[in-house]
Amino acid sequence: MEVLIYLIPIALVLGGAGLVAFLWSLRSGQYDDMEGPKWRILDDGDLQENSAPVEAAKQKAS
Amino acid sequence: MSAPERDWAAFVTNTEDGKAHMDLAVDGITCAACMYEIERGLQKLDGVEKARVNLSSHRLSVDWDEAKTNPSPIVDLLRRLGYKAYPFDPAQVKLRGDAIGKEILRSLAVSGFAAMNIMLLSISVWSGNASDIDHETRAFFHWISALIALPTVAYSGRIFFRSAYTAIRTHRLNMDVPITIGVLLATTLSLWQTIQEAKHAYFDSAVMLLFFLLVGRYFDHLMRRKTRSFAENLATLKAESAAKILQDGNTQEVPLSKLAVGDRVLVKAGERISVDGRICNGESEVDQSLVTGETLLQAVRLGDLVYAGTMNTYGVLEIEVTAAAKGTLLDEVNKLLETAMEGRSSYVQIADRASQLYAPVVHAAALLTLIGWIMLGMAWQPALVIAISVLIITCPCALGLAIPAVQVVASGLFFNERVLLNAGDAIERLASVDTIVFDKTGTLTLPEASLSESHGLSTEDLILAGRLALSSSHPLSQAIARATGAQQVLVDVKELAGRGVEAQIDGNIVRLGAPSFCDVSDEQLAHAKQTHPDASFVAFQLEDKPAQLLPVGQFLREGAVETIKELQTAGYQLEILSGDHTGAVEHVADRLQVSAWQAGLKPQDKIDHIEVLKAKGRKVLMVGDGLNDAPSLAAATVSISPVSAVHVSQAAADAVFLGDSLAPVQSALKISRKARWVMNQNLAISVIYNVLAVPFAVLGFVTPLVAALAMSGSSIIVTLNAVRLRMIAGKATPITPEA
Repeated sequence: MEVLIYLIPIALVLGGAGLVAFLWSLRSGQYDDMEGPKWRILDDGDLQENSAPVEAAKQKAS
Repeated sequence: MSAPERDWAAFVTNTEDGKAHMDLAVDGITCAACMYEIERGLQKLDGVEKARVNLSSHRLSVDWDEAKTNPSPIVDLLRRLGYKAYPFDPAQVKLRGDAIGKEILRSLAVSGFAAMNIMLLSISVWSGNASDIDHETRAFFHWISALIALPTVAYSGRIFFRSAYTAIRTHRLNMDVPITIGVLLATTLSLWQTIQEAKHAYFDSAVMLLFFLLVGRYFDHLMRRKTRSFAENLATLKAESAAKILQDGNTQEVPLSKLAVGDRVLVKAGERISVDGRICNGESEVDQSLVTGETLLQAVRLGDLVYAGTMNTYGVLEIEVTAAAKGTLLDEVNKLLETAMEGRSSYVQIADRASQLYAPVVHAAALLTLIGWIMLGMAWQPALVIAISVLIITCPCALGLAIPAVQVVASGLFFNERVLLNAGDAIERLASVDTIVFDKTGTLTLPEASLSESHGLSTEDLILAGRLALSSSHPLSQAIARATGAQQVLVDVKELAGRGVEAQIDGNIVRLGAPSFCDVSDEQLAHAKQTHPDASFVAFQLEDKPAQLLPVGQFLREGAVETIKELQTAGYQLEILSGDHTGAVEHVADRLQVSAWQAGLKPQDKIDHIEVLKAKGRKVLMVGDGLNDAPSLAAATVSISPVSAVHVSQAAADAVFLGDSLAPVQSALKISRKARWVMNQNLAISVIYNVLAVPFAVLGFVTPLVAALAMSGSSIIVTLNAVRLRMIAGKATPITPEA
């Protein structure tokens, strides 16, 4: 059972890392808008016109 | 229309990295495509560093380089794209970024983390107690639990401790008092047990209790935040600014917070007056319907007082800003409002009422348990442990969730019916209502003047009248222009201030304006006034033909007759209290078949009447919009304002309804009754759970395992029951297509 002496603190530190990550995401405003981000991933407007994936897609389409 | 020169500096703040920053409320964002369009459009502007739309709150945050650009092109671009945008006044949005919500969420995260880890250890201890855990391991586990629990209770419990402290200091008892006692006792007892190396510790119960209660608090907060951010956007989009007259005679648009007493502002014809003040130049007629409920226009001239929220009709006014001087309407309203607000705070929320009954009973039960066991010959230490376990198991966990969970579900339903809640406990107060008092102007009637259906003009003439009306800034003309949908302005129109407009078409003279301007006989006017006692008249004259009178006025809201009828059938007592003149009120009361009505009331009269009703034991719902309604909105048991109401009234009301229809008032009452029913069920569930659990605790059978199971079980049942409200309410009120 002595192994618990290391295992429990390790488990706590891992859990604590999750907590810290959450608090950081909260502080950096990632929960301010719960609607927008799910749509932003569908927006291709940030791709350069001549970038490889766009060109490839255009060639495929034509 | 070009935007007047604005004092942007008042809206701009600086970011940490030296960029200029502005937050704007944007109207017209409907979907994600709008978000891309705005962001991409703005980022193409030279000097704009960052533009980000918040799709949930419909706000835009822009950062730019002050050396390269200024806010004007940003707002211009938004207008070109078809969005109405107006910056937030940083002085008015003090709580940026939702500080309270973040505090609750942080506490929730910490208690959630702690609850999970302590539970992990507790379950090992419980299973070990049943099999073969040794003393050292159990003590080790308890000590680790203590190390996690103590800081968590101190951190996550602050919200409850603070509230309980304030309650006790003001000699009240709210729900947070038994919660605080329960949590603190559970923690202290567990710490003591840990030091004694006893078998049981209740750290898991204490922390889990905090976790569940914080979930309830967060629900509660989410509901309020939604309404608040909506209301702030609305207030900002109304662009409450004023044209300040500078020393050199130029004018500059400034937000209201930048005006001081003694400043002079310019109000053009057809503009809403945004300050309270004394006229120091010019004369005009003002529409005071939003302030006093009076629908007739009132002539004002040099030295007269005008109030924020009134509409200037034809003249240009120069107004000196005054604070609410003694004896004015505004002063009276403010004083009454203050008193009424104090009266309202005496209302005790259902949850607090429950805990006022609950806490003494539970605490007495715990005390009796302690005394009973000692008298039966038990040592005081184990007796105290049992007594405290009674307090732990009766700590109002389900009670803490019972009401907020229902409030959140109900506020979602309210939102579908276009009603926004200002106060969470408004639901339970709405459910108790038996009498409804309506204001007339702007509440039963539409807030803006419109052209009556029975105007008697041919379609061609009507369009002509509309085109003519476009040239005038008088509110009555604007109502005609809106009603006809006219777009093209006639050329060569002469406007005669205070009288009307005149144009020549193919050699014919066309006139639109005051009845006297178009040679309307007194008999014709008197006759028209009889048919439309609630209207003002604009005369229209084509060539030499006899002039025709167009009734323009604040007519009944859409569906008002039906709504009133249904409310009467549902058994509510209806009354109309108005500041308007008798004829207009009588006409409306007749149309709606409401027999109890009073006209020409002052704010104090309205309050007095409501107090009389309340003294008779009636629960009064006040529906009103004007400045004169604000005190009675606060004095009534519960109140609702239309979204077009003046700011003071909206702030005093418990709920705000959107749109031109009166139907949301009725839906709100329906939903609140169902919500109240579910709240009562939830309270009953919490009480039954305690009735079952307390005997076990008194007999000393409650181990931490039993406490944890009972607590989470009851919380989950209560939450699920709240969700059921969506199903019951959804069945009875069909979802309207516009929702």
